[in-house]
Amino acid sequence: MVTTSPPAPTEARIWQLLEEVSDPEVPVLSILDLGIVRAVAVDGEHITVTITPTYSGCPAMSAIATDIRLRLLAEGYRQVTIHNQISPAWTTDWMSQAGRSKLEAYGIAPPIDGTASGHVLNLFGQDTAVRCPLCKSAHTHLVSQFGSTACKALYQCDDCREPFDYFKCHA
Amino acid sequence: MAATQSEISTAPAAAPAANPLFPFVLQLADTSLILAHRLSEWCGHGPVLEQDLALANIALDLLGEARSYYQYAAELEGRGRTEDDLAYLRSAVEYRNPLLVEQPNGDFAHTIVRQFLFDNFHYHLLKELQSGPDARLAAIAEKSVKEASYHLKWSSEWLIRLGDGTPESRQRLDKAIATLWRFAGELTTPTALETNLQELGLLPDYAALLPAMQAHAAHVLAEATVPLPAAPFAQQGGKSGRHSEHLGYLLAELQYLQRTYPGLTW
Repeated sequence: MVTTSPPAPTEARIWQLLEEVSDPEVPVLSILDLGIVRAVAVDGEHITVTITPTYSGCPAMSAIATDIRLRLLAEGYRQVTIHNQISPAWTTDWMSQAGRSKLEAYGIAPPIDGTASGHVLNLFGQDTAVRCPLCKSAHTHLVSQFGSTACKALYQCDDCREPFDYFKCHA
Repeated sequence: MAATQSEISTAPAAAPAANPLFPFVLQLADTSLILAHRLSEWCGHGPVLEQDLALANIALDLLGEARSYYQYAAELEGRGRTEDDLAYLRSAVEYRNPLLVEQPNGDFAHTIVRQFLFDNFHYHLLKELQSGPDARLAAIAEKSVKEASYHLKWSSEWLIRLGDGTPESRQRLDKAIATLWRFAGELTTPTALETNLQELGLLPDYAALLPAMQAHAAHVLAEATVPLPAAPFAQQGGKSGRHSEHLGYLLAELQYLQRTYPGLTW
């Protein structure tokens, strides 16, 4: 019986495969769109993928590590190390333009850079003008800074009346 | 397995002194874990759906932060204990969280005052820790402070709503402040351990945090039309392992699964 071993991994190939790993909570986004893959290193058969967690308690992170491992295993790559790097801390500034477009098409308003809620004294400040992903109206209001997942806030459109998620700026 | 057993059997004689940061990182971990558990008790009971979600979200952030600290603490200790051992297999007297975070939820006003007092301290501490000399602690703080800023904004706005709201909300808020303000002092009063770490330059001086914390509290209370409480007698002891009766009950629930089914992992 002949066993075929997979072609030796290359960094370019690994990046291609990682594009196929999606965020389990926002499945239209690949982990590259999210900007959580910091580095890929290949040393012979051994692959190291460095990822940066999004929110501290995000339950998707362990699922993502497993999904990366499974995707590479499906290609025959068995020697995989997933390295978690927490500094510099993840920011939505790392999210790709393609990712932002995919988010809006999916019904989630993409993050608006530079609007992080870091100004703790700006209480009851003006809500960020977030565009409704459904009817595109800018006439919307914040319902809650804390939405269905740690990375999202809940908004409602004042024109079409639909509630929607906003992927909040995290900078 | 064999290797682990031999390490454990030789540990008492051979183990090096734990890193001096170990007990402090453990204190941070305990603090975030216990408050996360208290907040998670609200799940399904929040006053409205959005605030139920907010409380659960804040609990999740704190739980994630606690894990980062426990993992680091386990490495600093270097005696083979894991994050699960540290969180789930220590007794109440070994916990180092300040008394504030173990206080029961009470009504929503009570939870908001507890959260506001903690968030105001937590946010300002993390801001300092992120530029501290220990790279790992700085990295955890750099990550957590982004989340803590959301928490502080949330609890500050709620404190204002309750204070400047209806007679009912004001009366409940006043009662919560009267009950909980005495636990604020422990947060910034250093223990012998913390004083030692401050002298070693490993931990910022809590006194340096006070002006920013007091300014924020004064601003929020003024907006809430609530007079600034006079500096009261500070209830202390949690950071040294002397806890209120509430912690034992909390841990009984928190640790139930691990103690009933030993060996579960996070």
